[in-house]
Amino acid sequence: MACGALAGHVRDIAARRGWPVAVRSLPALLHNRPQKITESAERAVVCALRSGRAVALAYADCGSYGGLDDLCARYRVRRLPGLHCYDVLAGPERVAAMFAAEPGTYVLTDFLLRSFGRAVLAELGLDTHPELWPDYFGHYRRLVWLAQQPTPALAEQAERVAAMFGLPLTRVEVGVSRLEQELARLVEGIL
Amino acid sequence: MNPRSAEELLGQLYDNTLTGNGPVVLDLTNAGLAMGLDPETLLYQALIPALEEVGARFERGDFFVPEMLIAGKAMAGALEILRPLLAETGATTIGTIVMGTVKGDVHDIGKNLVNIMFEGAGFHVIDLGVQVAPEKFVDAVREHQADIVGFSAFLTTTMPMFKANINALAKSGLRDQVIVMVGGAPVTQEYADVVGADGYAADASAAVVKAKELLQRRRVGAHA
Ligand code: B12
Repeated sequence: MACGALAGHVRDIAARRGWPVAVRSLPALLHNRPQKITESAERAVVCALRSGRAVALAYADCGSYGGLDDLCARYRVRRLPGLHCYDVLAGPERVAAMFAAEPGTYVLTDFLLRSFGRAVLAELGLDTHPELWPDYFGHYRRLVWLAQQPTPALAEQAERVAAMFGLPLTRVEVGVSRLEQELARLVEGIL
Repeated sequence: MNPRSAEELLGQLYDNTLTGNGPVVLDLTNAGLAMGLDPETLLYQALIPALEEVGARFERGDFFVPEMLIAGKAMAGALEILRPLLAETGATTIGTIVMGTVKGDVHDIGKNLVNIMFEGAGFHVIDLGVQVAPEKFVDAVREHQADIVGFSAFLTTTMPMFKANINALAKSGLRDQVIVMVGGAPVTQEYADVVGADGYAADASAAVVKAKELLQRRRVGAHA
């Protein structure tokens, strides 16, 4: 059961590694209403367990503030370690160092770049109320793109987003190897 | 627009605050005053109830952040007009509150809404902004002789700053003089108890109720 923000990578990795798993994704937009992550994940977990499948969650805590841990404990399933996908992709120490160096850091991933219009601009109402930009982003000082599989088109999109912010952009190549490692651990647990 | 009666004006002011129509809220506030309504009436019979309803709709999931934000901004605009008048009419401040988002965190929409409601309720609010270091909270509490200090946090990684701030207050000998309130999306009553805060509230309206209750308790205690 994967967060929509990670599901694409999870499917690719599962196929490449030949894991006998079905990847179901839940909408990434639930992040904006994190209590719904736990509710939706619980429904999906219950449904899968009822049909006799073993389940693992390709989710970090994701702002459920312990909600997913609680769910994992109740149904004896496991999730990815970390607070959010940034931790999974880049490693928690690296993310912590990034925020310590500049608390006004806004993090981007390949997924966030691709869905920036929908997941950020539209969700925050910036498409209809562009005047709210300073209220949302006035305190940010830089953008960090944790790049998984950068393409020229994504790099261009990153530049466009940085121009919208008017902030410097740092690109950190994190790839998917940490995600793959953590997924392998989860999959070992259920196979 | 063009309300014919005070009742109609208050209704329109409520509706336009709820939908975050800033310019109309300003016009109606001015029109209300011109009609002879006092600032308290505009505040307590339209602006504050509207923002309470905004909070309730957010809670129910009918509103999301942008709706909260524009409604809050509309009310803040009206408060700009009303603030000097409230001061003039001698409306006494209930207490002084120092507020800020903790160090390392730059989420401030929730905190700003809490500030607006506190101000509307008659508190003198000193907003220290975002990423406020413990020493800055301590200095502001001392300088303004604050009755309450409020810490706001939104990230799992910044919540521990509540404890750091409380320790800093204790170290400077101010902990017993000030009521500590905490809040923000990840915060719970349980967590507030663990860090040793005096109060927690889940939203802006509840924060005001809680603050008044804590102040009252302290003042009664001080006289006992
Ligand atoms: C809007 C938002 C943003 C905006 C913030 C704009 C701003 N100026 O504040 C933007 C898009 C910029 C943003 C950025 C980030 N965000 Co953000 N954000 C949110 C979101 C969707 C809503 C928060 C909000 O404003 N709610 C609306 C207000 C009105 O409600 P509220 O905050 O709960 O406030 C009420 C109460 O809590 C209470 N209250 C608040 N403060 C206080 C104080 C006191 C004393 C009291 C008594 C009461 C009280 O009263 C308020 C009014 O009713 C949440 C998810 C969520 N739904 O909670 C994520 C969330 C908080 N963000 C998150 C993250 C990860 C980030 C980023 C790191 C993401 C990134 N890509 O870089 C950055 C943070 C960088 C940094 N250094 O701080 C995570 C945190 C996860 C975690 N475990 O820590 C969340 C939970 C999303 C998620 N599911 O992953 N974010």
